[in-house]
Amino acid sequence: MRKEIYSICFMCTVRCPIKVTVEDGSIRWIEGNPHVLKGALCAKGSAGVALLNDTERLRYPMIRVGARGEGKWRRVSWDEALSYSAEKLKEIISKYGPESVVFGERQNLNTHLSKTFMRAIGSPNHYTHDALCKGSVNTAFRTLTGYTDAQVTIDYANCKHIVLYGRNIFESLELRPIQALMDAVEKGARITYIDTRATITASKAHRFWLIRPGTDLALNYALMNVILRENLYDEAYVNRWVLGLNELRSFVESMTPEWAEKETGIPAGEIVELARELSKDKPQVVFHYGYRGANHTNEIYFRRSIIMLNALMGSIESKGGIIIRKTAKDAGYGAFAKYVDQEGLPKPKAPRFDGVGGDLLPICDPAHGVGQQLPLAILSEKPYPIKAAISYRFDPMLSIPDYNQNKRAFDKLDFILTIDVNFNETAWYSDVVLPESIYLERSDSLQMVDGPRPTIYMRRQCVPPRYDTKPYWEIIKLLAEKMGVGQFFPYNSIEDIWAYQLKDIGIPLEKFEEKGFVSLADKPIIWDRKDGIKFKTPSGKIEFVSSLLEQHGFPSFAPYESPPAPPEGMFRLTVGRNAIHTHVSTQNNPYLNELVPENVLWINAAEAAKLGISDGQYVEVSSDQGWGRIKAFVTDLIHPEAVFMLHGFGHQVPAMTRCYNKGASDTVLQKNVTDMVGGSPGLHDTFVRVRPA
Amino acid sequence: MSEYYLFHDSSKCIGCLSCEVHCKEHKRLPIGPRLCRVMTVGPKIVGGLPRMDFIFMPCFHCERPWCVAACPTGAMQKRAEDGIVFVDQELCVGCKACMRACPWGAPQWNPETGKAIKCDYCMDRIDQGLEPACVAKCVTKCLHFGRPESVTDMRRERHAKALAAVGWEVTLTQPIGSWTKARKPPARKQSE
Repeated sequence: MRKEIYSICFMCTVRCPIKVTVEDGSIRWIEGNPHVLKGALCAKGSAGVALLNDTERLRYPMIRVGARGEGKWRRVSWDEALSYSAEKLKEIISKYGPESVVFGERQNLNTHLSKTFMRAIGSPNHYTHDALCKGSVNTAFRTLTGYTDAQVTIDYANCKHIVLYGRNIFESLELRPIQALMDAVEKGARITYIDTRATITASKAHRFWLIRPGTDLALNYALMNVILRENLYDEAYVNRWVLGLNELRSFVESMTPEWAEKETGIPAGEIVELARELSKDKPQVVFHYGYRGANHTNEIYFRRSIIMLNALMGSIESKGGIIIRKTAKDAGYGAFAKYVDQEGLPKPKAPRFDGVGGDLLPICDPAHGVGQQLPLAILSEKPYPIKAAISYRFDPMLSIPDYNQNKRAFDKLDFILTIDVNFNETAWYSDVVLPESIYLERSDSLQMVDGPRPTIYMRRQCVPPRYDTKPYWEIIKLLAEKMGVGQFFPYNSIEDIWAYQLKDIGIPLEKFEEKGFVSLADKPIIWDRKDGIKFKTPSGKIEFVSSLLEQHGFPSFAPYESPPAPPEGMFRLTVGRNAIHTHVSTQNNPYLNELVPENVLWINAAEAAKLGISDGQYVEVSSDQGWGRIKAFVTDLIHPEAVFMLHGFGHQVPAMTRCYNKGASDTVLQKNVTDMVGGSPGLHDTFVRVRPA
Repeated sequence: MSEYYLFHDSSKCIGCLSCEVHCKEHKRLPIGPRLCRVMTVGPKIVGGLPRMDFIFMPCFHCERPWCVAACPTGAMQKRAEDGIVFVDQELCVGCKACMRACPWGAPQWNPETGKAIKCDYCMDRIDQGLEPACVAKCVTKCLHFGRPESVTDMRRERHAKALAAVGWEVTLTQPIGSWTKARKPPARKQSE
């Protein structure tokens, strides 16, 4: 028997829509949903079948029997694993209060259930990985527009010129944006790419600037200087929508292209040329605000400068620019329902563990928290002792900077619970591991994708679970029942959850069978640029002078500080992704591991020669935090102050035999520092020493 | 050469290696054999800008295939109706003569079966009127499968469109300015 099922991929967080062909109960073929992606799928997407068949993934519930991290487990029933976990959590709550339990996850379709669980047990401490990736991008957007970065999108297809700051778009692999941008380039659109190394995106760009690491803000201030001095901005748009232009004008007055050239290494004339060129194509130009935006501790001011440049070009809510995502309500429907909005669900009063919303991080987004504060809060016991950590499809140990510190922090916990599909460093260190069915084996909560055309997507189970695993929505309900708060999970099946989510939208579930998704608008909803843009700031405008910042004692414009250069023989560690792997989670996948089994260290050829390092040779990289062994990739096309490595390698879990001990881990080397205004960690704020191994 | 042509438009290729996994997944291959490969060369400076070359290497399905001539058992064959070169797994004895014979490394070793295996343009899919796996799921649609004449037409059309979009003087990948010209190599700032 053969059937075709529309679903949603989950090899990475992009979650592309897919079509799965199942023959006699096994998966024969996966392709990108032809209605959206012309069948295209990435390497990770096709490797989903390898994940399904992988015997090294988590296959049954386990309770630790040896010492933490020793790898001795007892296979147990679901009932025993859940009862044991609930008992431990209840014991901790009765002794230290519910706020001593922290829950972290990578944002996903069931996040509303995790948040429901935490509220139900009385803890304010739910966080997502978001801040680690882009907390400051989120905050920057809110200070300017009232929206988060997740509430806007880019109209790549109609863009005429896009400026990418280290946004390695062709290796980060969001399929729809890539296809749209490729089409735009065929129609004549241009790409300006700025980075400290020549990535694949650089190799597709029309202009490439190899910038001195950490100086992008100087470049942007100089661009603003030129744009304002030569009146290159969209005057009608700026007069209507921008608050604080004069303040910006006086702030950037002294920051000329000549000044920026000394900081960035980019010739002043070329900076002027770019500003003029972009102005000709405005408003169909985009300064990409970034996806991962977590490089330096002044990140928020850099991200704000990017968004302000878009505002100056009039490109926010413009065709070929940045578009504010519209919701079901904007399309004339009721709201998309979440269990976390249930009546009667407790609202915990205690302050958050990470200081978000308090004195420490007053303006960061409490919907996500600031996850990298977790090890610091555990170790300092401030604001209070934390005793239990639950992680769901998130590996804090290898994701939060300073792996060794993370380990010391987790040592202090009384209980560690991990729910995931794969082993990872945190799971290996846990007391209980609950295995989730992979995305091909389960259905999930519906996905509401806000956008110019708000659309709802559905993940559907394609095959039965291969091992003794369960979908998360069932796991969290069972755990809640054992904790005595099952009443907040009033469903018995995925259909019940779908019906609840759609209760105010009113689309029949059969509609999803046609294409795998249902759009709530026939045509893109774009607001009128003269009077219709609904900015959510107090002024209703784009606030260059930000009420959110100023009310909390932060300046709207921060003086530029030149990033220190590393001492001789040392380098600024920079990190990133490639097209093959997802964060820390796919390195053990048989097919993906075969393509990229380990990471390499990009190092400038002249610097490598000074250190006696040749291409392909193993080197030792060390920092104040730790060290690693990695192969050198010697090239002229990285800035001499920087070295670069892919994130996600250097796994230390023996059960993941394919990736065990392969490559080096960036998190072992990085120090855990945060932009205390915006919330991102400074992932590029660590200097490392490199020597032949 | 077979009747088909698998054209790789390297200007649209982003070296994401997806084609390799689409192939392996469709053929249910173990670790080891890679029936098509994208070889990445670079980055290096070309015309003042960093460029990478992506060379797509499936089997070329030669007109007079070395591998077929070398095969002692008749396992390696050329399909009469369309010239696709493939291995009959029943007849292969794993002698590796094809691997030695092919100048481009197309025949691969399957450690699970102890036999040779190679790209057959996904004959099973072609016979159903579908494209090979690598083409069907290519991320940027830089892989095209068809008759040689239709592929060259497509290329001409694309070039014409590109000229119309950006003007006669420039081509699709023409750089704006030049990164290396008039530029000192980037220098480290003096550490304080």
